Amino acid sequence: MSEEPPGQLADALLAARLLAHSRHSLGGMCLRGGGPARDMVLAALRALLPPETPFRRLPGHIDDDRLSGGTDIAASLASGTLVRQRGLLAETAGGVLIVPMAERLRSDIAGRVAQAMDETKANEGGFLLVLLDDGADGDDRPPPALMERIAFDLSLGAVRPADLATALPGPATAESAATLDSEALTALAATATALGVESLRPLLQSAAAARAHAALAGCSSAEMADLEVAARLVLAPRATQVPPDPEQPQPPPPEPEQPEPEQPEDAQDRNDTDDDDDSPPDIPEDLLIEAARAMIPPDVLDLIAKGRAQRSARGGGQGRRTGSAMRGKPLSARPGMPGGGVRMALVDTLRAAIPWQPLRRRDPAPEGAGPIRFRRDDLRVRRFEERATTVTLFCVDASGSAAMSRLAEAKGAVELILAQAYVKRAEVALLAFRGAGAELLLPPTRSLTRAKRALSELPGGGGTPLASGIALARQLADAIAARGRTPMLVFLTDGSANIAADGSPGRVQANADALTAARTIASGGFDAVVIDISPRPRPEAARIAEAMRARYLPLPFADAKALNAAVALATQPERKRA
Amino acid sequence: MARFPFSAIVGQDEMKLSLLIAAVDPTIGGVMVFGDRGTGKSTAARALASLLPPILVMDGCRFGCSPDAPHSCPGPCEGTKASKRPVPFVDLPLGATEDRVLGSLDLERALRTGEKVFEPGLMARAHRGFLYIDEINLLEDHLVDLLLDVAASGENVVEREGLSVRHKARFVLIGSGNPEEGELRPQLLDRFGLSVEVRTPRAIDDRVEIMRRCAAHDANSEAFSARWAEDDDKVLHQIARGQKRLAKMDVSDDVLVDAARLCSAIGVDGLRGELTLMRAARAYAALKGAKQVRREHLLHIAPLALRHRLRRDVLDESGSTARIERAIAEHFG
Repeated sequence: MSEEPPGQLADALLAARLLAHSRHSLGGMCLRGGGPARDMVLAALRALLPPETPFRRLPGHIDDDRLSGGTDIAASLASGTLVRQRGLLAETAGGVLIVPMAERLRSDIAGRVAQAMDETKANEGGFLLVLLDDGADGDDRPPPALMERIAFDLSLGAVRPADLATALPGPATAESAATLDSEALTALAATATALGVESLRPLLQSAAAARAHAALAGCSSAEMADLEVAARLVLAPRATQVPPDPEQPQPPPPEPEQPEPEQPEDAQDRNDTDDDDDSPPDIPEDLLIEAARAMIPPDVLDLIAKGRAQRSARGGGQGRRTGSAMRGKPLSARPGMPGGGVRMALVDTLRAAIPWQPLRRRDPAPEGAGPIRFRRDDLRVRRFEERATTVTLFCVDASGSAAMSRLAEAKGAVELILAQAYVKRAEVALLAFRGAGAELLLPPTRSLTRAKRALSELPGGGGTPLASGIALARQLADAIAARGRTPMLVFLTDGSANIAADGSPGRVQANADALTAARTIASGGFDAVVIDISPRPRPEAARIAEAMRARYLPLPFADAKALNAAVALATQPERKRA
Repeated sequence: MARFPFSAIVGQDEMKLSLLIAAVDPTIGGVMVFGDRGTGKSTAARALASLLPPILVMDGCRFGCSPDAPHSCPGPCEGTKASKRPVPFVDLPLGATEDRVLGSLDLERALRTGEKVFEPGLMARAHRGFLYIDEINLLEDHLVDLLLDVAASGENVVEREGLSVRHKARFVLIGSGNPEEGELRPQLLDRFGLSVEVRTPRAIDDRVEIMRRCAAHDANSEAFSARWAEDDDKVLHQIARGQKRLAKMDVSDDVLVDAARLCSAIGVDGLRGELTLMRAARAYAALKGAKQVRREHLLHIAPLALRHRLRRDVLDESGSTARIERAIAEHFG
């Protein structure tokens, strides 16, 4: 272990070797960050695979016809004969599909690729998927449907330029196969369970990775070291919980990043098992869990610590920006180029072309011209009308003053509103402000299950950083609007701010900051409602509402149901106006 | 490479049972599978499709006409002979457009010969087979509407692009999705016949067994399938027997009263609950080789047929399965 430090680059190169060895069972890998290091890993993969292997890049704007094959309408019209194009997925058969900016990949394209992976896995047409993830920390991740189907999720963010001097691994020579005994399988299964990896796909991938690692080493059956690599590279990045530590009875606070497992006890343990190979290791899964624990990425640990482990990443209605050209209620056709999911309106195209035929026939006929001569500007495409999704953003004041009186009722109301929003297929998001700042508890989602969990975990108490809350709400509203959806802000607060925007206490400054922040909501033109949840309504909340150009609803003695009815009433006309 | 055998799937008894019931009685209206990724949902559905005996299809028919009712489709279907084809299994991609699903004007033909020809979509391809939709909760609403409508009526009606076409589309709709990522509207959910909640097997032994079987399947799928062929045959016989018995299966008034009592006790809106419950109980009894439907059949199948029809109470934490079991214990215990 000391000769080869398990740095990020070494891991990635190892993953490349494993992928090259058993292509069909590992799916591919995701490389996060690290420009030059990433190029190096890709070069290594290229060197490991036979030279004729096709490497294709999948641009994010690819259309369906190009992805899975279809008619090239523009070319067909131009030449007068049917021009077919071969799909990118078919071209990649037996090769490597590289997806740059994978975190921005549209979910429909991801669905196609995932389907192709499932379909072709059995046949020869399978391909390796390499996702290049350029997302910043905590930003979007590549579509979960794809992450699920690839074995390795590696970060290259910490690779220093000096590390790049590592020699590339040579082409794989040994094409041997290795087996896993039931003890090894049990160890992997136990490790996955301890790490909270629920899905079975990573489990199968970890077994395949262990087999591949053993085969690369020329062994016929997998050893402890092989299992360790599998647990480290495949299972650890997907951890949703910190495994219970056998040494300490109580779950310790998750220690962030401790890349070196060189603790004396650990080394001791490892030596023990290494030395007496004859006696079967009693509980190999404990060692494996240890190995995996050291590799759980620090950001995952953070999430776990916050109690919000990435349960299959983000939710559904992501980026439905491809709108009116593809689906919805049909509208009349209009001139345009088909392609990219936009369908040609044939009848309208013909109708546009026919009047010009006598004129066009005077020109000499181009090669292979059909009975009707088309020009590019005859093309008509179909249009559809689609209603934008509404995202209701709840901004809940969870400060001491609000919590004392009304937080529980507010929670109940939000849950009722949530239940309604989900019936209408709208999305909801939830942010709370208390203590020193504001926090997004629930990114826009349609899932009532998640929303309820976020609400039940909402603690109360502390100061009222109203300005930060409003500022974050504005930010989110902008992000929602940028995705082509309509945000609707609902503030539940008593309006008595006492923490200023810079986090310092002080009622006067806090109120001034809150008003400034509120004005930015008005300038953004967002619909908003302020619900005053204090027992005795005071002018502060009304003033905030005025600054936001929002509706103001004092609700002194309402229970959850009344609150819900009030919000429904308040939001309805607003929404119509929008 | 042979598909993973149906009988080699470890655990997931409820999902397997609901798929078998849908195979016995496709009119039951589809199966909704809730669960995380990587729990073997699509594996089970595919395995069942490949397990079923091949169907006879008229040669050259793009709509999958059966020789029992030849030339009943709108397309050119002049063949006189029928040949065997595997039961269709169509995997609907998430980004599918309406055109692909419903069928549309065949642009190629229109461009080449100027003919107005209907190009059958995925629904026509799924006729007499299975239509599987992964992550149905992320699918566009209007597409889900369309799919459920066709699945219930067995007929696809297209009125667009100057086309007016109707063709048969009888398929078993299997939807899957993870409620954590967004839910299906209740009014859509209600139209599914059965619903299943799938969880990953937690027992280490089960998980090890799954790894072992998958490795064996990867290494040599033919040999692996051969090893399970006998068990698969048993399942096949069970389905065939169920289909034969289903026609003659009668439901006594007592059982019908039980169904109505249970539905009103749980508070299911509408009549779809009772009807599906009765159909599912019939199919289950037929599958079990019983002569007639008994109360135990009804109660065994009740959670499958009803759990997605309960009115959601956001302030009630207990799951819908628990509520049904409570009602069963109260009224029939």
